[in-house]
Amino acid sequence: MSDKGTAAAGGDGGSPRQPSAARDTAADAAVVFGDAWRYAPAPEGRDHVKIAPRYDLFIGGAWRAPESGRYLDSISPSTEEKLCEFAEASERDVDLAVQAARAAYEKHWSRLRPLERGKYIYRIARALQEKSRELAVVESLDGGKPIKESRDVDLPLAAAHFFYYAGWADKLEHAFPGRDPRPLGVAGQVIPWNFPLLMAAWKLAPALAAGNTCVLKPAETTPLTSLLLAKIIEEADLPPGVVNVVTGAGATGAAVVGHPGVDKVAFTGSTEVGKRIQRALAGTGKRLTLELGGKAANIVFEDAPLDQAVEGIIGGIFFNQGHVCCAGSRLLVEESVHDALLLKLRERMATLRVGDPLDKNTDVGAINSRAQLEKIQELVAAGEREGAARFSVSCALPQRGYWFAPTLFTGVAQSHRIAREEIFGPVLSILTFRTPEEAIEKANNTMYGLSAGVWTSKGSKSFWVAQRLRAGVVWANTFNKLDPSSPFGGYKESGFGREGGRQGLLAYLEVD
Amino acid sequence: MALGDQDSGGEARARVGVRKAYKMFVGGAFVRSESGRYTQVRDHSGAGAVENIPRASRKDGRDAVLAAAGALGGWSARAAYNRGQILYRLAEMLEARRAELAASLERGGLDAGAAEREVVSAIDRAVAYAGWADKYQSLFSSLNPVSGPHFTFTVPEPMGVVVIAAPPRPALLGLAGALLPVITAGNTCVVLASEADPRTALVFGEALATSDLPGGVVNLLTGQLAEVLPHLAAHMEVAALDLHGVDAALAKRLEEAAAASVKRVRARSLGEAEWFDDGAATSPRWIERFVEMKTIWHPVGP
Repeated sequence: MSDKGTAAAGGDGGSPRQPSAARDTAADAAVVFGDAWRYAPAPEGRDHVKIAPRYDLFIGGAWRAPESGRYLDSISPSTEEKLCEFAEASERDVDLAVQAARAAYEKHWSRLRPLERGKYIYRIARALQEKSRELAVVESLDGGKPIKESRDVDLPLAAAHFFYYAGWADKLEHAFPGRDPRPLGVAGQVIPWNFPLLMAAWKLAPALAAGNTCVLKPAETTPLTSLLLAKIIEEADLPPGVVNVVTGAGATGAAVVGHPGVDKVAFTGSTEVGKRIQRALAGTGKRLTLELGGKAANIVFEDAPLDQAVEGIIGGIFFNQGHVCCAGSRLLVEESVHDALLLKLRERMATLRVGDPLDKNTDVGAINSRAQLEKIQELVAAGEREGAARFSVSCALPQRGYWFAPTLFTGVAQSHRIAREEIFGPVLSILTFRTPEEAIEKANNTMYGLSAGVWTSKGSKSFWVAQRLRAGVVWANTFNKLDPSSPFGGYKESGFGREGGRQGLLAYLEVD
Repeated sequence: MALGDQDSGGEARARVGVRKAYKMFVGGAFVRSESGRYTQVRDHSGAGAVENIPRASRKDGRDAVLAAAGALGGWSARAAYNRGQILYRLAEMLEARRAELAASLERGGLDAGAAEREVVSAIDRAVAYAGWADKYQSLFSSLNPVSGPHFTFTVPEPMGVVVIAAPPRPALLGLAGALLPVITAGNTCVVLASEADPRTALVFGEALATSDLPGGVVNLLTGQLAEVLPHLAAHMEVAALDLHGVDAALAKRLEEAAAASVKRVRARSLGEAEWFDDGAATSPRWIERFVEMKTIWHPVGP
C-alpha cells in the first residue's frame, strides 16, 4: 500500500540523538532526493474501460429506471469531470427492491442446495478477477484513489472476499456446530465511499453465503463499481432478486434501513449516522451490525524498528488519502524518539507523490468529494487554531479536482479536536508519552475502538500492549492489513459485529 | 414460614425472631438506597409479614456503574482458571444456602417443589458456567489463514460493564442464568432484580459476597426497572444492555437511549421453561453475546 522507497539518506538504527548538523544534512539530502527525481507520467490506460452515460437501478435481475425519473451525476474527484449519471432510488424503488429480494429469498436462494449457492458466489469472485483491471480503473476514476491501491488492494481483496465466503456456504453447520445456523432473510446494506467495491464485497459475500438475499445501497459519490458488480452478478446468472443495487443519496439509504421488509441492516459509515440508524431501528427487532468511525492510536516505543515504523505510519495515515476508518490517525510516540522519528517522517512524506489517481506512480490521490475536502480543511484549521504545529508537504497540486497535501501536526494535546475527531483525510496528529501505561491510557482515551497499532522490537511488550488496547483490530509492527479470513470490527462507538472470518458469518445467521 | 421466625408465640419463653434488613449489593457492600426509599414485599408463605426492600434511585444506578467499572480491570485480568474457581465457589455458597433460597422463593409465591427445583437449577447453572470460564475462548477464537507473511489471530475479550434486567420469573434462576455468562466472560455487571420477587435476589447477593468474587463484579439493585433502567441505558460507561422480559415499549426506549453511545443491546423474553432448559441455557452462545472479538496481526520474518 506504500512504495518501498525509504527516504533516510544516512544512519537509521533508531538513534534518538543525532547531532543536529548530521540531522540537517540528512534532511537536506532527503528533500533533494524527493524533488530531484523526475517521474515521467505513467498513466494506466482507460481505453478498455466503458462507462455508460447513464445507469439505472438493478432490481429483480433487471435494470429499471427510477420511479422518480431522477438521476444524479457521478463526478471524478480528480478532474471534476462528469463520468455518468446514475439513478436516484426513491422509497418506491427501494420497496420494489426489497420485494424482489424477499421473493428471491423465498423462491430461490433459501431452497438452493448450499453448495450451489457457493458456486454462484465463486462465479462472482472469478469474474471480479477477470475484470479487475477495468474495475480498478473505474474505482480510481470514480473515487480518486491511486490506481496502485485499487489495483493491488481493493480489487484483489474484493475477489478474495467472495472466494473465501463462497466456500462457507455449504459448511455453516460446521461453523457453528450444534447450533442450527439459519439465514435471516433480506439484508439491507449501506456502504461508504472509501472502499466502494471492497465494502460491497464485505457486505454481499457473507450475506449470500449465509443464505440471505440483499439490497445494497452504495455511496452517492462512488456508485460505479457497485453497478459494475451488479452487471457481473447479472452475467453470473444469479437468480433474479438475490442481489439488488439501489443507488442514491442519504434518503435512499434511510429508505433501505427503514423498510419493514428488511430483516437485517448492515451499515458501514460514520458514527453519527450509525447512531441514527441504531436509534431508528430500536424496537423493530431487526438485526443490526455497524462498522463506524475510528481514531486509531499508532503507538511507537523507543525500541521500535524506526524505519519500518515510518513505513507503517505513512501507510497507516496516507493510504487512500486517509479515507480509512481504521487509519492510524493518532501517532503516540515515546518522548525519547520523538525528534528522530519526526525527522524521518517528514523526509518520507516529502517523497510521497500526490496527483493523478490513474498514474501508477501516485501515492496519494484525490480527496473523494468537495464536502470531504471542506471537512478536512475545517478540522485542520481547528488544529492550527488550538495551537498544534502544522507541517504539510510542499507539492504541486493539480488545478482541478479536490486535493489535500499530506499533513502532520505536532504538539497535539488530547483535548484538541484533531486528536478526538475522525478527520478522514491525510492528516496525522502526533502526541507523546513517557511510559507504556501512559501510552495505553492515551490510546484508549477515545470514544472509538476500531483499530490500533503498536511498534516495538520486544515481543512480550507488543502482546502486553495489544491486550490492553480497547480496539477490534490491533496491528503489531504492521498496519492497515486486511484479509477475508480475518475478523474486522470495532469496540465502543466504532460499532458492533465483525466482518471477515468465521465470526463474520454470525452477522448474517440466526444461531440457537 | 420465615427461617427461625417464632415471633408469633405468646408464651413467655418463646424466642423473638431476628428479622433481616434486606440490602442491595453494590461494590461488595450491602447498602440501602441512597434515596432512603423502599418498597414493601409480601410474604406469600403464610407468615404474613411485610418486608421492606430498597427502591434504587438513579444515583444508586450511577454508583453501581462506578463500582462495576472499577472492578472491570481486575476481574477481566484474572486468569480464566481463577474466574472458574470463583464461580465454582459461588456454586458451593449457593448449595450451602439451599434452604434459605428455597424459603425465599416460597415467600415470593412459589410452592415448595417449584422453589426447590429452581434453587438446584440455579446452583447447577453456576457449576456449568464455572466450567466455561477457561473454555469458551478456544471455541470462539481463531487462527486466521491470511495471505501473506503474518501471524493473525482473533480472541474474545470482555465488553465492559453490562446492565442486566433480570426476568420477573424465574426470579432466581433467571437472575443467575443472566449474570453468569456475563461475568464468566470477564465483564462486570449491574443487575436490576425481578420486581416480582426482589427479595430472593438479595439473598443471592449474600452468596455472591462470600464466594471470593471481587467487590463490584456483580452489583445488585432492587427497585422499579422503568425508573432506573433509562438512566443506565444512557450511561456512557455502560457497554451493553441485556434485557430479559422487559416490556416492548420500555425496551424500545432503552434501545433508543443506548444508541447515543452505540451500546450492544440484547433483548429477549424467554418463557420460564426455557430458563430451565439446561442445554440451551448453558450454550456458549450466551457467553458469545457478551464478548468483543479482537484480531491481532504480527509480521512473520527471519
